[in-house]
Amino acid sequence: MRVKELIATVLFGLAVVAAWEFIPPAMGIRRFIFPNFSTTMAEFSRMVSAENLWRHVLSTATMTAAGFVLGSLLGAVGGYLLGLSSFAERILSPYILGLQIAPKVAFAPLFIMWFGFTDWPKLLVTVLIVFFPILVNVLQAMKTVDRDQVNLARAYAMSRSQIFFKVEMPSTMPALMAGLRIGATLAVIGVTVGELVGGNSGLGFLITFGQGQANAAMVFNSILLLTAIGIVLYGIVSFFEARILHYIPRVER
Amino acid sequence: MKRTGAMALALEFQNVGKSFSGGKNRPDLKAIDGVSFEVRKKEFVAIVGPSGCGKSTVLNLTAGLDRPTTGSVKVSGETVSGPNPHVGFMLQKDLLLPWRTIRRNVEFGLEARPVSAAERRDRATRELARCKISDFAGHYPFQLSGGMRQRAALARTLAIEPDIVLLDEPFSALDAQTKMLLQKSFGRTITEGGITTLLITHDLSEAVAMADRILVMSDRPGRIVEELIVDLPDRDNPIARRAHPRAGSFINHLYASLKLDERAA
Repeated sequence: MRVKELIATVLFGLAVVAAWEFIPPAMGIRRFIFPNFSTTMAEFSRMVSAENLWRHVLSTATMTAAGFVLGSLLGAVGGYLLGLSSFAERILSPYILGLQIAPKVAFAPLFIMWFGFTDWPKLLVTVLIVFFPILVNVLQAMKTVDRDQVNLARAYAMSRSQIFFKVEMPSTMPALMAGLRIGATLAVIGVTVGELVGGNSGLGFLITFGQGQANAAMVFNSILLLTAIGIVLYGIVSFFEARILHYIPRVER
Repeated sequence: MKRTGAMALALEFQNVGKSFSGGKNRPDLKAIDGVSFEVRKKEFVAIVGPSGCGKSTVLNLTAGLDRPTTGSVKVSGETVSGPNPHVGFMLQKDLLLPWRTIRRNVEFGLEARPVSAAERRDRATRELARCKISDFAGHYPFQLSGGMRQRAALARTLAIEPDIVLLDEPFSALDAQTKMLLQKSFGRTITEGGITTLLITHDLSEAVAMADRILVMSDRPGRIVEELIVDLPDRDNPIARRAHPRAGSFINHLYASLKLDERAA
């Protein structure tokens, strides 16, 4: 069964590539409007040799990772601090909700005005976009820690910090990991927007560059590589999640 | 059980009342009122009563999670003024931490104390053996059945060597057969270890099968309305005790004093 599913998945992919290769030329769509598979691949090798593609990939990947790590760290710390202080949480929750709803990518032009065409705007947009889902997930989990479990620790005369590190924080791990998975996908968006709006390096920059040259194949390749970066980051998070949450029974699929 | 004044007391409730503020424009809620009773060392006492009679309040006051509004609560002669390490409690929920192995769960209560890691291990090993779950020491809670998890919870409770163990409906989430087997296992562990126990339950036959003495609580505000001494043999074997010819009369007596036949559901 497993083998059959794998074969079917691969066959489906091949069918999509074949359709991409043969249907656009058959319909008479011109290559610079909708490049087919082989045109896109030819452009890919040209980008590697002539456009310094790997440098751009590395730049985007580094920014994504840095923004993700920084945003997650700040979001998690913020979530735990608010979770520990119900007073602060009550005071700040309307603002948190507001900021959570505000479209974070819209801050990108502002950051460029402030920090110029440097790496800072990209990093800040990414941090901002990753920050909130993680903060909200952690905060929510802190509020729903089993009261009886906390009471048990209290009855054992544990200190406040022992209760936090031995009961509350481990209880929030599933929610934190779910937040990190959401954050991993959002990080790529943050970096891309930052590079689109004001970059001179990275895949987002190559997208605007390709657009200016009416080089759709370059845009295609950039999108594919951005997706690949997102998948790798997501895969890394899932890898750690499976190890950290090993104590949760897996649902048989 | 003979009453001998010289016997040391593990738990004393002296005229204890507890009210909770009912909020704006609403009267305070009296959970229990004028409750007095004692549990002697090595004694097994059960409290039965209708739901909402303040049984859990008794537990919280003993564990030091709550303070009485009136009266005083003493554990081993000392007034309870906060969470205190001489009381172990266990609920219907096992409260095992899912990210810890059974062994590490048993060690949990000792981590608040100045006990070396080696001694924690030794004590956990001893309690796991006593509760007959040594084979599962390295398992995680999700890998165990409900009955096994409750045994692990008992091991965790006993590991802190409490002066008194509070059991709040520890069997009520289990299926009928597991319940009987676990009662038997707990009965033996408690009797062999000479462990002072206060069992809070709504199951009258469970109280008769396990306890030396039964306290009957009234509707809210909860008061102790009757004390029943269960002078049946086989306290270490609740299954045998249930089958005792006089067990039924104790249950009927409790049934009558709770006026269950007159109450609407």
